[in-house]
Amino acid sequence: MLTTKGKAPIVSRQMLVFFAILLSYPLWADAAGLYEYLGIEIVIFIIYALGFNLLLGYTGLPSFGHGAYFGVGAYGYGLAQLYLDAGFIPGLLLAMLAGTMASGVVALFLSHRRGIYFALMTIAFGQVFWFLAIKLRGLTGGEDGLLNIFRPDIDFGLFQISLKSNFAFYYAVALIAVLVTLLLWRLVHSPFGMAIQAVRMNETRARFVGYQVWWIKWTVFTLSGAIAGLAGGLLNVAQESAFPDTMSLHASGLIVMMVLIGGGFVSFWGPVVGVIVYYLARDLLGSITEAWLLWYGLLFMAVMMFSPEGFAGGWGKLVAWVRRRKQSEVLMGGAQND
Amino acid sequence: MTESPPLFVAEHLHKRFGDQVVLEDINLSFNAGSISGIMGPNGAGKSTCFNVLTGMYRPDGGSVFFDGEDVTGLAPERIVEKGISRSFQIMNLFDEFTALENIMVATNRVRHGLHRPFWDLRADSEISHKAAEVLAMVGLTGLENSLASDMSYGQRRALEIAVSLATEPRIVFLDEPTQGLGADGRANLADLIGTLQEKFTLVIIEHDMQFLFRLANRISVIHWGQIIAEGTPDELKANEWVRTSELGKMTTC
Repeated sequence: MLTTKGKAPIVSRQMLVFFAILLSYPLWADAAGLYEYLGIEIVIFIIYALGFNLLLGYTGLPSFGHGAYFGVGAYGYGLAQLYLDAGFIPGLLLAMLAGTMASGVVALFLSHRRGIYFALMTIAFGQVFWFLAIKLRGLTGGEDGLLNIFRPDIDFGLFQISLKSNFAFYYAVALIAVLVTLLLWRLVHSPFGMAIQAVRMNETRARFVGYQVWWIKWTVFTLSGAIAGLAGGLLNVAQESAFPDTMSLHASGLIVMMVLIGGGFVSFWGPVVGVIVYYLARDLLGSITEAWLLWYGLLFMAVMMFSPEGFAGGWGKLVAWVRRRKQSEVLMGGAQND
Repeated sequence: MTESPPLFVAEHLHKRFGDQVVLEDINLSFNAGSISGIMGPNGAGKSTCFNVLTGMYRPDGGSVFFDGEDVTGLAPERIVEKGISRSFQIMNLFDEFTALENIMVATNRVRHGLHRPFWDLRADSEISHKAAEVLAMVGLTGLENSLASDMSYGQRRALEIAVSLATEPRIVFLDEPTQGLGADGRANLADLIGTLQEKFTLVIIEHDMQFLFRLANRISVIHWGQIIAEGTPDELKANEWVRTSELGKMTTC
């Protein structure tokens, strides 16, 4: 299971590799048969999944309605542009605020629950937000969504950067992903990170060593909702629109699948792997067959059956096996020399 | 010379679940620095009594005072802050943490440091050192980096007690600490509890009457949710009800 071990450097080796791939992507994407917009989608969902894993993998709280806060962020950003002409950064801050407020209110009802009751309530609240997005047509555009929210420039006062090209917007998203990764990495290795893992392992014991468990659950849920809101805001910028589909049960289930298939229960990097696997499956399998989701579903089932800890868990086991094999070879060699 | 007031007092505690009265007019007091015992047959209400005293259940009536302060019905996390700690009959550990991490996460410094995201506590030698000291107190030196789930039953029992001690309590409630231990394990635990008495006030629920009679300064007997006898081990051995009950037979084995 997921536990943070050993001293935590500000930037780890895996993080450097991730950042290197992230920041160099536009340079080699074309040669690899990929494209910039795919990178944008992947990085936005990496932000979303890393925040979601704080809740699922680290705290052990299964939310099957997290699409709600992603969608609230998307609508929040869109409304901020339409009604306040907020600009890129203030718009994203408002998207985060919308995600924070929605998840914060919901978490008040959830944080005293656990297990199946917690999970079912997340679905119920998720459906409420989805229903509101469809029915409040005057505000959200109903099933048609919130359209024509054009990408603004980033205004730095003395100069502006246009986000109209996918290249420029990719780097804006990638820089935000770097910041979110650094912050979440630090958080899970802090006393708070240790406390949320303690809550996952044994809620009762956590209370009896003095942790206010409901407050910890509330904080994690709200923080995760805030990051989902940020990611939702970015998706709005990417799509120049917001749709209720992002809040559906199906969409909420996808983020759970991404985190699980990647190995969010055993690794900080599991969600990153899961998002990449999903989008590559969508594009690669999707170019072969319209039924790509069926094959992705079968892949998900196979991974859960044969490596329930996801790709990251399977990789960890493989590395451990290779190490054991090398050690036994060294021991055998030593014994033969004796 | 006046006698100092008890550190922990429970007065007229009542607890019921639905129609069933589980505790009725329970009065208990535990002096600082003492080892107190609570005994009684299965289903007598001992564990419910512990749960009420340590904040898991709110009593339906009565009061609990710790060092003169009313702590009745406070939530466990607030009870811990006051300096009251407990272990569990069914072990409650953080299984995926190492022994050292089990202690670290229970310390007041970590608990009060949740707002410090840049505090890398595994790199903090002071907190590791203090956690190692707590493990040493229960004889788990050398097992700092063992996963709690990989430890033997006896070691896990000791770790269960160590986690309770890590919160820097003044009074520790131990719920059937010998459960599942063999003769050697019980003897080791008795030695451990003897050493802990120097630093903590201890209250023990125990089925092993010989164990309790050997360690406790004062014992309360609970049956049918009521306290039916109270006194020193010698007084209880002479008590008519205890002598004629199953409990009495167990003490003379």
